Amino acid sequence: MAGTVEAKKQIEEATKEYKYGFSSDIDMEMAPKGLNEDVIRYISAKKNEPEWMLEWRLKAYHQWLKMEEPDWAKLNFPKIDYNDIYYYAAPKSQDKPKSLDEVDPELLRIYAKLGIPLEEQKVLAGVEGARKVAVDAVFDSVSVATTFREELKKAGVIFMSISEAIVEYPEMVRKYLASVVPVRDNYFAALNCAVFSDGTFVYIPKGVRCPMELSTYFRINAENTGQFERTLIVADEGSYVSYLEGCTAPMRDENQLHAAVVELIALDDAEIKYSTVQNWYPGDKDGVGGIYNFVTKRGNCKGKNSKISWTQVETGSAITWKYPSCILTGENSVGEFYSVAVTNNYQQADTGTKMIHLGAGSRSTIISKGISAGRSQNTYRGLVKILPSAEGVRNYTQCDSLLVSDTSGAHTVPYIEVKNPSAQIEHEATTSKISEDQLFYCRSRGLDEEEAVAMIVNGFCKEVMQHLPMEFAVEAQKLLGISLEGSVG
Amino acid sequence: MIKIDNLHVNVSDKEIIKGLNLEINAGEVHAIMGPNGAGKSTLASTIAGRENYEVTSGSITFDGKDLLELEAHERVGEGIFLGFQYPVEIPGVSNLNFMRTALNGVRRYRGEDDMSAAEFMKLIRVKAADLKMDMDMLKRFVNVGFSGGEKKRNEMVQMAVLDPKFAVLDETDSGLDIDALRTVSDGINAQRRDDTAILLITHYQRLLDYVKPDFVHVLANGKIVKSGGPELALELEEKGYADVA
Repeated sequence: MAGTVEAKKQIEEATKEYKYGFSSDIDMEMAPKGLNEDVIRYISAKKNEPEWMLEWRLKAYHQWLKMEEPDWAKLNFPKIDYNDIYYYAAPKSQDKPKSLDEVDPELLRIYAKLGIPLEEQKVLAGVEGARKVAVDAVFDSVSVATTFREELKKAGVIFMSISEAIVEYPEMVRKYLASVVPVRDNYFAALNCAVFSDGTFVYIPKGVRCPMELSTYFRINAENTGQFERTLIVADEGSYVSYLEGCTAPMRDENQLHAAVVELIALDDAEIKYSTVQNWYPGDKDGVGGIYNFVTKRGNCKGKNSKISWTQVETGSAITWKYPSCILTGENSVGEFYSVAVTNNYQQADTGTKMIHLGAGSRSTIISKGISAGRSQNTYRGLVKILPSAEGVRNYTQCDSLLVSDTSGAHTVPYIEVKNPSAQIEHEATTSKISEDQLFYCRSRGLDEEEAVAMIVNGFCKEVMQHLPMEFAVEAQKLLGISLEGSVG
Repeated sequence: MIKIDNLHVNVSDKEIIKGLNLEINAGEVHAIMGPNGAGKSTLASTIAGRENYEVTSGSITFDGKDLLELEAHERVGEGIFLGFQYPVEIPGVSNLNFMRTALNGVRRYRGEDDMSAAEFMKLIRVKAADLKMDMDMLKRFVNVGFSGGEKKRNEMVQMAVLDPKFAVLDETDSGLDIDALRTVSDGINAQRRDDTAILLITHYQRLLDYVKPDFVHVLANGKIVKSGGPELALELEEKGYADVA
């Protein structure tokens, strides 16, 4: 009996390292290293983009050159050499596959390893009552396959890679691209505008409730490639969509740059639910390697009674710089931000949200749970801004931090700006340490140390986890456990 | 079943247990009584394997195995259960989830398959009904907002689910009204079998009216100073600890 326990332990020990740490040998097509006009032209040409798109990119590039990397976040990392990065890498394949049968089997094998339900049957064979999930997988820079497209088409939903959308729906893309996050919004957003290679475009027509969850899995594979996805989701009047984003990256010694931009637009009475489970490679136990994740995510609740809800579970990346935000333009619009951020070893996270209230009667809720272990630093940074036009708005903010180790840090930096006296703002914050009594109680019921920590942490995050779609919540719960392995003692 | 031999335990560098001997066989119920600060709870925590409770010398053997070599959760797998004097709250974790995780942890330790959710629900319904605990309480977060009596009943449900060979119950009777005391006592008596053993730690005789012990020991200043049958408890109730301790 003791033998099996020992064996189980050894297996656990061996798999404790980053679970998704494998890279795949696939023929890659790459742009030359570094960033200049030629590289941008190369990317644009590879995508068969129209002239206006190339000009837009070049303009963004020149804008970026004039900007400086922001340094206000509580993050420490060596200077990034932007000319030492490949800005474009694509799996070499001739034409776009017509069906899954034509996709490189090696690629499918990787997806299987990642547990992506690429084959429709796999999804359909899911647990009873499981909803359908349509997947758009971004492998390094290019979207490889989209599933369920036909069924979505029937509902009038557009779900495709953004490069295709630029060609097929140029008016729509032109109308909304950079309408929420302007090109010059910040350093990383401008960089993304110049070099983004792929991403996802979603349009939900008036009054349509998207028949399934839409999902994109991002994965960084090639060495020294930054991944710069661009996501644009437009929910027309009275429509609803739930979008899931999952991220993994193979293990590498060098740091990899990731700078994505996500824009959401909700028109009158529309609702967008955007859920992220991010487990990019966080670096090893000594803080070597890992993804630098500089992401700009923002939604505009443009129409009256519109609603945008961000839910994120952030466990990966060496550096996280991310503030999914809502601009509450519409009357009675609703913005929500539910976040769990876990940092272990030498990870650093500076994450939070901005709720900008313009519309009368708009409401926002912020629930943030930060868990710090190892020697990590975990910062919540949030802004609640009430503009003079926003009559009778409400905000509720709750920030809780849980320290798992004595050597980690938890920081809460809330900014509140109120320019309309009718606003009701509530802010609650707590910091606590995982208690020895709780640990012992769990252990005296048969849970080992890591299971005990995972259980207590999952309980701590409950309010956020319950906002994740079912199939994601289970994965996220496991992920919390994996991320905190080796964090106690 | 369990043999404690010349046990010495330090907590924060202070010696609390100072050469304790105790042997409990299958089918027996022992009660340990004693004044505050005698080391009763320290003994319970040491048997359960709490960290930072440093055994400086002596041994604890359980079913022939060296218990001190095992981690806390492994001891549970071997069949030891500790009922807490102050059950701990775990916000956000439902009682059901907690108990099922605990049970499956133990089953896995024993090389058994996990119990399915349906099977578990069947089991828990029976156990909870025995202890007059309704489903609503099972769905609530572990001990959060529970009254003193509810917390103790919850401990008994957990014990019933895990079905230990050896249960150490640390002041399970404290803070209970008479009805709750009866329910909890029923729970303890249900666990009393030829193949199990129970160690009751208590201040008061009244629990022993409902759960009749085979042996009673007086713990004072880290040692067992007197042992006897159930009549010893009555004697203590009458005269206090002053004479024995």
